[in-house]
Amino acid sequence: NMASDNDSDEDFVSFGTPLEPLEEGNPLRKPVPVYEQTVKDEKGRYQRFHGAFTGGFSAGYFNTVGTKEGWTPSTFVSSRQQKAERQNARPEDFMDEEDLGEHGIAPREITTTAEFGPGRKDLIRDKARAISSLSAPIPGDTLLEDLVAPARTSIGVELLTKMGWKDGQGVGPRVKRRPGKLKADPSTRPLGPVLPPHGSEESQDEEEDEFVPENVTFAPKDVTPIDFTPKVDLHGLGYRGLNPLAALRGAPAAGHINLFTMDSDRSTSLFGEDKKGHKRRGGVSGQAFGVGAMEDDDDDIYHRDTMSNYDAVLGGEEPGDGLYGWTAPQQYSRKKKDHSKDAAYLGKIIEGFTLASEKTETKTVGIFPPPNLPRDFRPVHYFRPVVDMSNASSMVVQALQTSRGHMVQEGPSQGGRHQLDSAQRRELLGEATLQGRHASLWAACLLLTRFPLAEQQQMEALSVWSSPTAQAQTGQTFKPFEKTPHKQARYDHYIEKLKQGDRDALEASLDPCMTEWERGRERDEFVRAALLYKPSSSSLSGRFTRGKHDDSVDQDTVEVKRDQENDVDDKQAAVKMKMFGKLTRDTFEWHPDKLLCKRFNVPDPYPGSGFVGMPTVKRDKFSVFNFLTLDSTASTTASPAPQGNRQDRMYSTEGPVNSFDSQNMV
Amino acid sequence: MSFPQPKPEIPQVPQHLLRTIDCQQGAVRAVRFNADGNYLLSCGSDKSLKLWSVSRGTLLKTYSGHGYEVLDADGSYDNSQLCSCSSDKTVILWDVATGQVTRKLRGHAGKVNCVQFNEEATVILSGSIDGTVRCWDTRSRKFDPIQILDEARDGISSLKVSEHELLTGSVDGRVRRYDLRMGQLHVDFINSPVTCVCFSADAQCTLTSSLDSTVRLLDKSTGEMLGEYTGHTMKGYKLDCCLSSKDTHILSCSEDGHVYCWDLVEGSLTLKLPVGKAVVQSLSFHPSETFLLTSMEGRVQVWGVEPEETEEDGDVVVVKKEKV
Repeated sequence: NMASDNDSDEDFVSFGTPLEPLEEGNPLRKPVPVYEQTVKDEKGRYQRFHGAFTGGFSAGYFNTVGTKEGWTPSTFVSSRQQKAERQNARPEDFMDEEDLGEHGIAPREITTTAEFGPGRKDLIRDKARAISSLSAPIPGDTLLEDLVAPARTSIGVELLTKMGWKDGQGVGPRVKRRPGKLKADPSTRPLGPVLPPHGSEESQDEEEDEFVPENVTFAPKDVTPIDFTPKVDLHGLGYRGLNPLAALRGAPAAGHINLFTMDSDRSTSLFGEDKKGHKRRGGVSGQAFGVGAMEDDDDDIYHRDTMSNYDAVLGGEEPGDGLYGWTAPQQYSRKKKDHSKDAAYLGKIIEGFTLASEKTETKTVGIFPPPNLPRDFRPVHYFRPVVDMSNASSMVVQALQTSRGHMVQEGPSQGGRHQLDSAQRRELLGEATLQGRHASLWAACLLLTRFPLAEQQQMEALSVWSSPTAQAQTGQTFKPFEKTPHKQARYDHYIEKLKQGDRDALEASLDPCMTEWERGRERDEFVRAALLYKPSSSSLSGRFTRGKHDDSVDQDTVEVKRDQENDVDDKQAAVKMKMFGKLTRDTFEWHPDKLLCKRFNVPDPYPGSGFVGMPTVKRDKFSVFNFLTLDSTASTTASPAPQGNRQDRMYSTEGPVNSFDSQNMV
Repeated sequence: MSFPQPKPEIPQVPQHLLRTIDCQQGAVRAVRFNADGNYLLSCGSDKSLKLWSVSRGTLLKTYSGHGYEVLDADGSYDNSQLCSCSSDKTVILWDVATGQVTRKLRGHAGKVNCVQFNEEATVILSGSIDGTVRCWDTRSRKFDPIQILDEARDGISSLKVSEHELLTGSVDGRVRRYDLRMGQLHVDFINSPVTCVCFSADAQCTLTSSLDSTVRLLDKSTGEMLGEYTGHTMKGYKLDCCLSSKDTHILSCSEDGHVYCWDLVEGSLTLKLPVGKAVVQSLSFHPSETFLLTSMEGRVQVWGVEPEETEEDGDVVVVKKEKV
């Protein structure tokens, strides 16, 4: 700033910080002792070398070696027993945060590792590799692939290249107009925070041929990379704010206040203050700039005084509120405001804050009511089972499992939107297919990995399912297509045929009504499902058995006895009145066991019955809550419906049940 | 010339204490006649089951094998097998002669209160405090019951078996009669925990004693009450009741140390046997004669119509009925 200080009145440019005007009569200042003639940064380290150069950094301990005690080699021990090991010291050992920082000599930055580099593509690569490893001369070995290692470019570049992008082009739909001036070689430009190009590097060939054939589209112009320093404040873009010290010195003193400074200048504003809180004056501030060495009171020495410190006009009030756009807390402002309002808040104001000058209207953010739930909404999420399909035979399945930890399933409907490849995405979005060579080649690669194994898969499925262990398995334990009964029926048919050893099982169980494409898909799905969920081997299946109760089905019903007793209250009344007989007796249908009848030498009263005991029916589960109503007129003591739980009856009307104990006798 | 009708026999009650047997088994939880009435079984709280001769009062055999108190026992019709049940939740089938455990039937979830053979001793039926009646097969080697009857909602206190019927009494206040021939279950509501159920000899009635100190005689087919017998005390303990061998009298234990005997038809109290001071827990009537077994504390009492001396004489002596 100081460098470009243009004084319109004079026609010379001043550089440097002017000396403090010598004022006679001022009391002599105590000379600053030598040991205090140092400049420290915010951490108390000495800021600069003395004189020798104006840039750079402080090294060591207060420009001395090592520590306060001097150079102390660390961890150097050598004795007869313990010989000192070679201390391999890296340069980084001698650097501090300043050096490793942004502007130091060994800046660190975050880069993507190979692991997270082009990761997406490994899916296809792994598959291709696994498949080719099987058919390679040496199965399982990837010599050939390792010989030719691809160049590692970032994933974004790879994707773009696949879609037909070239270096220097922009990204986006192609335009019909004349292309803009392309930037020079964007591939070498680092994709990180860089300085904005000074001006625009326009290509010089303005005199291009006007002849542009029609129907030629061009790639859009590339964009300027943006500085990716995170913006943590609420100011506008590029806003830097005022250096409070510069502002306090007085706006004229600072001269031209540049609100939008460069990156490197941003950090310099912090260095305006040193540890003691002295205000640093002077326009140019920076690491290397400022007062001379070993000076604490820099401002005293290099105080800049310009004519703009003084009013040139009498009596003129400062325009506006005298803040010149300053929006920092008011306590830094020279202007004394009316502090009567502060009285009420004395002691309650947080340090560093002050009362606002204007009452900002609190934005009435709309209070949004909770959403209206539909009538039948149940806050239960049913996870759709992801059917993992493998793309190849069981060997490759193993390879894939170990390589990626899971098997990727194809088909957008089952994997979600993140499992699409670009072709599927393209068709979903409705874009026109690419004409480039890349697209078709890539799709062709995918197709090649699938088809040769269809036959092999089918034979494998057949062999697996027609084995004796599969025959033993009576029930179909896995129903992959439970949601689609038709499909499930066809699948069951297919499995049945496989069990019989029918070679044409697959073809025979497809639905001829479907289109060829649908049939093809279903064919693949069936084969994969059959392979994936083959019946377990007998040794393991022998340890397991089907559960007695199918918990997944019919959670809403419960089996209760079909016949229920009559109301107990009536019976009790009858007993009290000693009117035994019809009122106290209930008769039910009861099925004895066949063997029991045989043992008792009586004929079975129900020869065809399949059950024993009293017949049961499935009824909906009821609870007390089914019968509670909010209506106060509803009787809460009403006996539950006859098909209620037995529990209700037991507790509702029975008298105290005396349980006797013969052991109390003696 | 027609002979005069024989004088109707005066119904006889077992009023004389013939002998007392000190069982040495702790408390006798149940005392039972065997099928022919010559032997008696005593179930002791010391986990043993003992076989005694009724006429001599001598101990014939002791059967040990239960893990806890023996609560009930029954003998097969041919005296070759015994079954007993215990608080250890098991039912044991014994071989009488050798005293060995033929089968230990496990399955009940709680102590087994009552056990009985069926007519041909092919099935053992047991009722437990877990509310189930289990029918065990004695012929097969299976350890699972043939059928489990779990209609009761509280423990089964007593059960009796007839040719084709099973009668159970439950603490839930109901008497259930399972008719195997008809395939029906009849439930009679008594409104008070049932302590003992019996069939009548003519199989037309059922006798039920409950904890409201009432013994009721119900008609089997309709469920109507034919007789109600009160006067005794049965308020907390599971005590036995029975009919006399000719269905003339109703007998019941009582907690006041007596055995009450009512006339079936009239319902009046015929006899009150002074057994002792403690609760008379169990009783059993001879299958054909007029003999009664009672148990109180650790002893078993044998009651007969006449004192023994007179019986040995063989003369018929008219015995005056003592009215209480």
